[in-house]
Amino acid sequence: MEPIIRVRELYKVFGPNPQEGLRLIEDGLDKDTIFERTGNTVGVKDCNLDIAEGEIFVVMGLSGSGKSTLVRLLNRLIEPTAGTVEVRGRDVTRMSQRDLIRLRSEDLAMVFQSFALMPHKTVIDNAALGLEIAGVGRARRRERAQEALDQVGLKAHARSYPDELSGGMQQRVGLARALATDPSIMLMDEAFSALDPLIRTEMQDRLLDLQREHRRTVVFISHDLDEAIRIGDRIAIMQGGEVVQVGTPKEIITHPANEYVRSFFHGVDITQVFQARDIMDSENIPVLDADTTAGEARNRIAHVPGNEAVIVDAGGRFQSVVQAKRLGELTLDRAASEVAVEVEPVPEDTALADLPRRAAQSPVSIPVVDGEGRFRGLVTLQRLVEALDRSRNAAAANGDY
Amino acid sequence: MEGRINIPVGDWIEAGVDWILDNLEPALDGIAWFLGLLTNSFEGALLAIPAWLLVLALVGLSWWRVSWRFGIFAILALGLILGMDLWEPTIKTLSLVLAATAVALAIGMPVGVAMARSDWVEASIRPVLDLMQTMPPFVYLIPAAIFFGLGTVPGAIATVVFCMPPVVRLTNLGIRQVNREQIEAGLAFGCNRRQLLTKIQLPLAMPSIMAGINQTIMLALSMVVIASMIGAGGLGNTVLTGIQRLDVGLGFEGGLGVVILAILLDRITQSVGRRRKASS
Repeated sequence: MEPIIRVRELYKVFGPNPQEGLRLIEDGLDKDTIFERTGNTVGVKDCNLDIAEGEIFVVMGLSGSGKSTLVRLLNRLIEPTAGTVEVRGRDVTRMSQRDLIRLRSEDLAMVFQSFALMPHKTVIDNAALGLEIAGVGRARRRERAQEALDQVGLKAHARSYPDELSGGMQQRVGLARALATDPSIMLMDEAFSALDPLIRTEMQDRLLDLQREHRRTVVFISHDLDEAIRIGDRIAIMQGGEVVQVGTPKEIITHPANEYVRSFFHGVDITQVFQARDIMDSENIPVLDADTTAGEARNRIAHVPGNEAVIVDAGGRFQSVVQAKRLGELTLDRAASEVAVEVEPVPEDTALADLPRRAAQSPVSIPVVDGEGRFRGLVTLQRLVEALDRSRNAAAANGDY
Repeated sequence: MEGRINIPVGDWIEAGVDWILDNLEPALDGIAWFLGLLTNSFEGALLAIPAWLLVLALVGLSWWRVSWRFGIFAILALGLILGMDLWEPTIKTLSLVLAATAVALAIGMPVGVAMARSDWVEASIRPVLDLMQTMPPFVYLIPAAIFFGLGTVPGAIATVVFCMPPVVRLTNLGIRQVNREQIEAGLAFGCNRRQLLTKIQLPLAMPSIMAGINQTIMLALSMVVIASMIGAGGLGNTVLTGIQRLDVGLGFEGGLGVVILAILLDRITQSVGRRRKASS
């Protein structure tokens, strides 16, 4: 599918002579040397991204890594030094001022870290700002602003002033202001970073709820990997103005590109990233019918490393688990299902974090099923312990544990 | 005295003044006509209202906008002015202040906006403002009297020049101090340059601009008193007469009138900047 935002060879150099800075980058000099020699600061360096329609794309990095600059290059609040940014195939960097203003007011909304509300306007008039600028009439824009406030749960506060609201509520006004113009792309610059951890989680959930109701493309800037994992479909990690890795949360955690990427893992609960399907064994498990004999079952289990098999019905739906040691109680011609253990299977998207409790209660390995109840694999105790151990090591990558 | 370097700055200024007198007379006449019209209209209008009605209006404004305590102060203070038989000179002074302030704001605010938008404009206007503020105010009286003779108009002109800098500076400062993310928010939602100014920058700079307007009014009041030396009339005239006759009582009465007017104008204009909240 054609990406909604396509960034190619994008550079931003701040300072007295950006073009000279650009030449030095091409000569292969690093950021610090260029600053020492010319006083130019490299903001973003050779950035290439494809952002798909409807995804939450998180850009992560430490402060000074260029992530805030990058998001401002997307709607040209900052003029790029070189390169292109295409939104739906139209090059933003070469657009006339008139087209740019139309694009910003119709398609690209932005949410800010400091909320950036207007203190002299009521909540509803703040939410209506984008529409007011676009020249929408007073009654119409208030109506749409009210709808946006309803969406973020601020129905009752329309007549308040921003300084009468808590930080979390103020940012919901910021979110409503962005939603009111019904944009297809939302740029969120550290939108939840100024909030308390609890409120931050609540806002992340609200954003995910909004995405379920109406899928928008969200470019979300963050310095918090927990947040990136929770909300991001894909994550780009920036270091010194460069994008060093792009991938799903799982890809980033299982294969970090370098030590810098790994350093974000510190203190992050990775067990939320991995799911039952990532650690289950789906290859070495014999799958039996309801009428398979004990003899055949023992024979099949003997050919695999494990000592368990599962019984499924005609539709492939999981029924029960059979253990090799229990089969020994039966004569060879009896049905294996007589000693099978019926346990509740888990869906394949169950978080790793939720599995240990299940394993402790279950006499056998945990069966994993898909949405229709069809058998997909088993999470054995051994696999579970291995996975937990791996994620603990990942979290301790900084050596602080 | 031979051999000492003598830069004839005074001669240059005089030559400049002569040149203006010879070449720009129609412009000077136009300015004089306009300012005369403005001050006379203010004065005419304010004097046409019965004194008790105006007192009532000022007291009401003080009560509503500032506090009930200040309302009571306004009753006593305005009663004192009426009791000292200084109503007419007070109104004359007030009209001059209002006219001079109106002109100063009409020129000063756009200049402040221009300064905020361009570093180059700011750099070139700033020394002019420094000059306007530090030059002893009496100095403005001389060219004002030469260009416009004696009376209310030259007084108003000198006042405009003297009281303009604060509103220019604070408009500039207020706009420049608007938070970067708020500017970005305006731009990100599609503001053009004009909308950015009217919907974002000016409203957010308003507290600072209001402080500038307040200062401009205060400076106008202090200059209006000085301007009585070239016949601007009003309370300054009362003070001046007191000085000439060495009449301490009369001088003090005039001074007290100025102080009362200053306090009323200051508190009332300060209150305008405060936000009126919707009742919740």
